[in-house]
Amino acid sequence: MEKGLFILFAVLALASALNILVQRNPLQGALSLIATLASLSAVYITLQAQFLAAIQIVVYAGAIMVLFVFVIMLLNEPKDQPQIEKQKWLRYLAIPFAGLLIAEMFYVIRSVKPVTLPVTPAEGDAVGTVSSIGKALFTTYLLPFEVTSVLILMAVVGAMVLARREGD
Amino acid sequence: MVPLSWYLGLSAMLFTIGAMGVFIKRNAITIFLCIELMLNAANLTLVSLSSFFGDVNGQLFVFIVMTVAAAEAAVGLAIIISIFRNRESLNVDEVDTLKL
Repeated sequence: MEKGLFILFAVLALASALNILVQRNPLQGALSLIATLASLSAVYITLQAQFLAAIQIVVYAGAIMVLFVFVIMLLNEPKDQPQIEKQKWLRYLAIPFAGLLIAEMFYVIRSVKPVTLPVTPAEGDAVGTVSSIGKALFTTYLLPFEVTSVLILMAVVGAMVLARREGD
Repeated sequence: MVPLSWYLGLSAMLFTIGAMGVFIKRNAITIFLCIELMLNAANLTLVSLSSFFGDVNGQLFVFIVMTVAAAEAAVGLAIIISIFRNRESLNVDEVDTLKL
C-alpha cells in the first residue's frame, strides 16, 4: 500500500519535473513545478512528516509559486527564445553529464551500509508532528528562528527596492 | 515500509533534472524554477533521513530551507523584473555585461 502510493507520487513528481524541461512556455513550467511540489507533499506523508507536507502545500505551492506565476504573467513574455546556435552543442553535452551526475549519486547511495532502520520513536513525540517540531523550534532552534524573521524582512525590503521603478 | 534508498534515488533524480534544466534552459524564470526543484530534492533527502533516523533536526532544517527559499524567490523575481525592464528580454545569454 505504502509502496504503491510512493511509486505513484514519485512517478508523478518525476514526470512533471521532466515536463518543466520539455515546455517552452515558462507558465506551463511553473504549473508543472506546482504538480511536482504537490506530489512531493504526498511523498512526505508516506514519511510521516505531516507538518512539512502541509507547509509544502501552504508555503511552496501556495505562496512561492503564486509569486512565480504572478511575475510570469506580469512580464508577459510567453515563449522561450529559440535556442541560439552557439549553445546547441551544450544540449548534447547535457545528457551525458546528467547521466554521469545521476550515476555518481546512485553510487554514493548504494555504497552506504544498509541501516537497521526505521527507528520507531515512542508514541506521543513521534518525529514530524507539529508538537515535536514546535518544541525543537522554540527551544533548541530559537535563535535561528528569530534570525529567519530578520532575513524575511530584508528580503521584503530588498524586493521592493529592486522592483521599484526609477523616480518612484 | 518503503526503503530509504528509494527516497534518496527519487531525490537524486529530481536534483539531476533540476541541474539539467539550469544548463539547457535559456529563460531566466525557467532556470529559477529549476533551482527551486533542486532545493526540493535536497529537502526530500533531509526529510527522509530525518524520519528514518527518528531525529527531528532534519525536518527543522527543511523548515529553514523553505523560509530561505521564500526570501530567495522574492529577491530573485525582483531582480528578474528589473532585468526585464532594462533589457526587454529574459534570455540569460543576452545579460552579459559582466562578460569579458
